[in-house]
Amino acid sequence: MDNPKKGTSRRDFLKTSGIAAGALVGGGVLGGLVGYNAKGGNGKSGGEQTKDPANKHEMQTRGLMFFQNPEEFNVLSQATERIFPEDDLGPGAIGLGVPYFIDNQLAGNYGSNAKEYMQGPFFNGEATQGYQSRLTRAEIFRQGIALMDEEANKRFKKNFTDLEGGQMDEILTDFQKNQIDMKGVSSEFFFKLLRQATLEGAYADPIYNGNANMEGWKMKGFPGHQMAYINVIEDEKFQVIEPKSISSMQH
Amino acid sequence: MAKTLDKVDVVTVGVGWTGGIIAAECAKQGMKVRGLERGKERGTKNYAMIHDEYRYAIRYELMQDLSRETITFRNNLKMRPLPMRQMGSFLLGENLGGAGTHWNGMTYRFLPYDFQIKTETEKKYGKNKLSSDYLLQDWGITYDELEPYFDKFEKTIGLSGEDTNPFWGKRTSDFPTPPMKKTPLLKKFEKATKDLGYHPYMVPSANLSEPYENPDGSKINACQYCGFCERFGCEYGAKSSPEVTVVPAALKTGNYDITFHANVVEVLKKGNKVTGVRYIDTQTGEEFIQPADVVVLTSYIMNNAKLLMVSDIGEQYDPNTGKGTLGKNYCYQIEPGATGFFDDQMNVFMGAGALGMTIDDFNGDSFDHSNEGFIHGASISFTQSGTRPILSNPVPSDVPVWGAEFKKASIENYTRSLSVFGQGASMPHKNNYLALDSNYKDRYGVPLLQMTYNFTEQDRNLHKFITDKTVKIMKEMGAKKTEGGNPLTDYDIVPYQSTHNTGGTTMGADPNTSVVNNYLQHWDMENLFVVGAGNFNHNSGYNPTATVGALAYRTAEGIQKYREKGGMLA
Ligand SMILES: Cc1cc2nc3c(=O)[nH]c(=O)nc-3n(C[C@H](O)[C@H](O)[C@H](O)COP(=O)(O)OP(=O)(O)OC[C@H]3O[C@@H](n4cnc5c(N)ncnc54)[C@H](O)[C@@H]3O)c2cc1C
Ligand code: SF4
Repeated sequence: MDNPKKGTSRRDFLKTSGIAAGALVGGGVLGGLVGYNAKGGNGKSGGEQTKDPANKHEMQTRGLMFFQNPEEFNVLSQATERIFPEDDLGPGAIGLGVPYFIDNQLAGNYGSNAKEYMQGPFFNGEATQGYQSRLTRAEIFRQGIALMDEEANKRFKKNFTDLEGGQMDEILTDFQKNQIDMKGVSSEFFFKLLRQATLEGAYADPIYNGNANMEGWKMKGFPGHQMAYINVIEDEKFQVIEPKSISSMQH
Repeated sequence: MAKTLDKVDVVTVGVGWTGGIIAAECAKQGMKVRGLERGKERGTKNYAMIHDEYRYAIRYELMQDLSRETITFRNNLKMRPLPMRQMGSFLLGENLGGAGTHWNGMTYRFLPYDFQIKTETEKKYGKNKLSSDYLLQDWGITYDELEPYFDKFEKTIGLSGEDTNPFWGKRTSDFPTPPMKKTPLLKKFEKATKDLGYHPYMVPSANLSEPYENPDGSKINACQYCGFCERFGCEYGAKSSPEVTVVPAALKTGNYDITFHANVVEVLKKGNKVTGVRYIDTQTGEEFIQPADVVVLTSYIMNNAKLLMVSDIGEQYDPNTGKGTLGKNYCYQIEPGATGFFDDQMNVFMGAGALGMTIDDFNGDSFDHSNEGFIHGASISFTQSGTRPILSNPVPSDVPVWGAEFKKASIENYTRSLSVFGQGASMPHKNNYLALDSNYKDRYGVPLLQMTYNFTEQDRNLHKFITDKTVKIMKEMGAKKTEGGNPLTDYDIVPYQSTHNTGGTTMGADPNTSVVNNYLQHWDMENLFVVGAGNFNHNSGYNPTATVGALAYRTAEGIQKYREKGGMLA
């Protein structure tokens, strides 16, 4: 309990409580499994990525609200793309605008932990006690991203964004496995935030600047905002429905 | 300093289901009632842009602002209690309607067995079925005594359902509205469980199957199966909630008003009576004293317990001596389950909060526990409540959790996986309890509530037993691959499990073992009533709100009796 490195979440996330794998069920029970599937992460990052889908030019035609320079933002972009890469199903994190989503969120209530209890004193707790850092998410991201670049330079004498996919994965995996020293938080916790935010950006309504063109939803077969399913809910057939954003309600 | 307001007949702390029911019933009887609610006003018109998973389900827009107030938590007496800094395991309510705004609406009555669990267990299995570490208690009321109040709550909310379950208690009247639509996915569960010899029935639902006008004249609309129900408010006014039922009924009388942004910090007392409450206006910081003839705590189990503790009403439970009742018998629930992966795509994104089917073949005492290392059990359900893409990325356990393989598998399985889950009953244990924290305070300088809780051996045995059943059902439903949940380890406050917290202000027939009597009147303070799932002596295998609602109706009757006769009602 007094090991400062242990941070907030030492175990595999959600490898707890005997929750069924990937379960998302109603009744106000279970749910919230944005994190790892309940069997716990096995630390693998999956197969090789075929090409670098970053369209750096396009990235810089949009403004940044939180990040202060393109380097930080590009590290974030590449990291999210490794987590959720482009493939034959469709765009990856960058193509979906996930880095902009995260940038925007870090500039707002999410980044400043506005709805969370942030009063001290702070102690390292057990994993079962959850987040105990005095750092806000914005501070954690800033530190974590700088460290990714540092690790890249240390290990490969290159900037993170110049690494091969596999080299990025090696660094990300070490973050995930808590092998990187971070101040005031565990690297595992940072990785969890990063992964979660990537999925949020891929699948949140496009009003938040991710899920570009609703491509995230299209890949998944989720129709987004629909007023009602009462007329089709008894059909046996799988319904392919053109997705709609809630922005469609405003005009 | 504090400004003293004019006295009212009844003041309630918090305006969710319990606060709304007390208000409606007392105001109808002519009492002047004031609701104090720490949050803001809201209603159906504010849910027009609710189909937003990120804002409402992930960032908890409708729920408690933890920057103002939270709880502290530890698993056992040796661990340092630390604040729950982010919402996780359960989602606390705030603002008009409380958690009744964003609940699912699965509305089960607890079983007759639940209310007399100690007597029933001893009768059937002898005195030593559970060790003396488990603080099993009868509730001081029977199912039959509570039945009229269940009936009343169900008529208020227009509950949709069918009376085909052989295991639950006798009902005096039919469900007010017919069951919801039986979708192809529900039929899959129905057929599988029937083939296994079980007894599936439609989940009693507060998402109404047809438009309904309740006895108070409140109108509830028909559910559109929009799929944004659990964690969301209903834009159609089709999910029974306090804002569309009891609150308007109370306001209609002219005897009720609500003060918003009023955070109650103390119950004031004199001798064996309370005199009112003290609250802080969260917008101006001003302090007010609201005097009242009757004070009703309707602020959910956490704040109900905390307010009694900070106001020094009743005796705090001490796990070392076993003395005291306040804070005792805190229970949660256990959530065994199985996920199945299928070949075909399914319409999982359609649904409603309480659209589902359930079996009670392994709930309560409906099966023989002689050879089992636990009592009670779990309801086992399949629900189609609308699976959303951020929260649902199901992959088999041999798939990595990020990267190319993860992306493929999570997209593939989003529409090709289903889950069957149990809501497992939880028995009170001497080391699980609520108290006041000595380190951390809320925004108003009041100590936080402290929770000491872990799963027990009974929970682990039950979890394993029910997990096996859910795996069998999922296989029978035709999954090509089925995975049951991991064995239960320590309780973890991080992942969402259920907002079914119970205990801490238990009810009973004996002041030595309970906090309130069976009218939920405080044993030490005759004009103080404490209402909520905190009154439960243990947690059952169901969602709590029907039982909470029934108890609230009984309390309202108690308040009326108290006004006529005074003194202790039981
Ligand atoms: C996502 C979710 C799904 C659920 N699904 C179901 C379900 O399907 N079936 C079921 O039976 N139950 C379900 N529940 C549980 C159900 O919502 C609760 O049992 C019920 O709402 C409790 O009502 P209550 O009046 O006791 O408390 P609440 O609804 O929590 O109301 C308490 C009110 O008191 C206010 N308050 C608290 N402290 C103070 C204070 N100090 N001063 C002033 N005001 C205060 C709060 O702001 C709140 O508005 C679900 C809950 C959640 C979160
Ligand atoms: S599913 Fe039905 S009750 Fe729930 S929010 Fe949608 S329309 Fe309302």
